[in-house]
Amino acid sequence: MSKTLVWVEHDNASVKDATLAVVTAALQIGEVTALVAGSGCDAAAAAAAQIAGVSKVIKADDAAYANALAENVAPLVAGLMADYDVFVAPATTTGKNIAPRVAALLDVMQVSDILSVEGPKTFTRPIYAGNAIATVESGDAKLVVTVRGTAFGKAEATGGSAAVEAVGAHADSGMSTFIGSEIAKSERPELTSAKIIVSGGRALKDADTFQSVITPLADKLGAGIGASRAAVDAGYVPNDYQVGQTGKIVAPQVYIAVGISGAIQHLAGMKDSKTIIAINKDEDAPIFQVADIGLVGDLFTLVPELTGKL
Amino acid sequence: MKALVCVKRVIDYNVKPRVKADGTGVDLANVKMSMNPFDEIAVEEAIRLKEKGVVTEIVAVSVGPQKAQETLRTALAMGADRAILVLCETEVEPLAVAKIVKAIADEEQPGLIITGKQAIDDDANQVGQMVAALLGRPQGTFANEIAIEGDSVVVKREIDGGLETVKLALPAIVTADLRLNEPRYASLPNIMKAKSKPLASKTPEDYGVDVAPRLKTLKVTEPPVRSAGIKVPDVDTLVAKLKEMGVA
Ligand SMILES: Cc1cc2nc3c(=O)[nH]c(=O)nc-3n(C[C@H](O)[C@H](O)[C@H](O)COP(=O)(O)OP(=O)(O)OC[C@H]3O[C@@H](n4cnc5c(N)ncnc54)[C@H](O)[C@@H]3O)c2cc1C
Ligand SMILES: Nc1ncnc2c1ncn2[C@@H]1O[C@H](COP(=O)(O)O)[C@@H](O)[C@H]1O
Repeated sequence: MSKTLVWVEHDNASVKDATLAVVTAALQIGEVTALVAGSGCDAAAAAAAQIAGVSKVIKADDAAYANALAENVAPLVAGLMADYDVFVAPATTTGKNIAPRVAALLDVMQVSDILSVEGPKTFTRPIYAGNAIATVESGDAKLVVTVRGTAFGKAEATGGSAAVEAVGAHADSGMSTFIGSEIAKSERPELTSAKIIVSGGRALKDADTFQSVITPLADKLGAGIGASRAAVDAGYVPNDYQVGQTGKIVAPQVYIAVGISGAIQHLAGMKDSKTIIAINKDEDAPIFQVADIGLVGDLFTLVPELTGKL
Repeated sequence: MKALVCVKRVIDYNVKPRVKADGTGVDLANVKMSMNPFDEIAVEEAIRLKEKGVVTEIVAVSVGPQKAQETLRTALAMGADRAILVLCETEVEPLAVAKIVKAIADEEQPGLIITGKQAIDDDANQVGQMVAALLGRPQGTFANEIAIEGDSVVVKREIDGGLETVKLALPAIVTADLRLNEPRYASLPNIMKAKSKPLASKTPEDYGVDVAPRLKTLKVTEPPVRSAGIKVPDVDTLVAKLKEMGVA
């Protein structure tokens, strides 16, 4: 059986949701060891040890790993891979930043964004913005894989009791320094785990209008808020709201697209939603080709009316 | 400082890709091809750094078929100074592309390498990070803003939670995200001028790189199709539907 090393995404205190889907995928490949690299990450390591299915936790606790800088973390992972067959990371911005660097250090071709595990070295993955699904088999001795979270169920966060083993750190590379971050704190559900998402497009005019039309509806539904690239580019909302081929991939119970035309790059990020609802004044907008429920008309009257009637 | 930019010839982003009936891939015959959109942003960024006097020469690199010359001519017309085409008629995987770029970087010694964050055909999102690993240099992925400060580059990165800023010692690798800049169109006079800019033709063997694929594509299929649903006449009907689904 293959031995997998899973990258745990965490904030030193707790394990992020993205990790749980990765554990599910890794369990389909083989035995799971979870790697918690961080600074002061005892609590995260303890949380990882409880994830159902995790056999062992490796904790690498060092200031050098505080911000998951790829230059520091990749050599750690590549070194540990001497004892493992497959490195599995989430296809989050952290995973996408680190995993290819690990793959190159190991001289293997990464399999990006897998949707399913078809065999020990065979996976499906989306190409061309999800307009085609490729089944690929790796010929490399070791594998590096990133996992699309929405394609796998979440492992139970509790129930396991893996042992935690500490490993020593590599030195800081000295090549890169973390300066800071601008992370918006929000009470809203995170896009990738929200049950309902209300997304706005270019039609929302400006930041204030976006806020005054979309937010009340999202509040009523307890929904996360997303956006098209056009809405982000125009500065209505921050970059982390973008849903699509090159933004976030979401698959909520209900996705409500408001004033979004439905370009293939946007559909790539949301067409696995259970129910898609579209509000658009153009009855021929491509979004209606994927929407389960469409409402044609002016969003500036329809959305406030909808909010009022919920 | 010299800048190296990587450009890939891909299906135009406005074209809806069609899977071949025999399941071997996507049909690219008679399909409009263009420069990968993220690579236009990479080229634009290099040009802006040259306009600021930070970059002195821009070398555009593409690994691909003879036709990738057109993509390189576009980069030259935008403002790159010279180009290198590494000829390969079959699809080259990110790891092999990265090895070729690494070898070119060893020769050219650029201070900055800019790639796109992702090619919109393979959606791999790997080459930049792999080049950085192979060169043993730092990487600023998914760049939203960059600034050269002395012998460092400060990169603001688009991450899942928002934005993050890192400082990297040069030489460094940066991968361009959508909001790094808005690429210019090449003007007609510049398109004419680009025809006489130097374009070197090389092969992977020239760089000692084995491009044999590591991944075997067993099949390529259509994704499950979503059928269009219903249109509701008014908000009341929509509210009723939401109630049926138990979300309102
Ligand atoms: C490399 C690349 C990557 C990309 N990645 C992404 C991505 O990840 N995510 C993404 O979303 N896009 C992405 N795009 C952009 C994508 O191609 C589209 O340009 C974008 O999705 C369009 O956004 P939109 O639907 O909001 O705007 P538009 O296409 O302008 O659509 C606006 C819609 O609003 C409707 N409308 C206008 N006024 C009203 C009104 N009063 N009431 C009701 N409806 C109204 C119009 O009928 C129209 O359908 C990418 C593009 C490229 C090239
Ligand atoms: N064949 C290629 N030739 C030149 N550059 C490439 C090639 N393939 C990928 N790249 C560069 O690497 C980036 C990321 O590609 P990928 O890792 O394939 O998603 C692209 O945006 C390009 O800048």
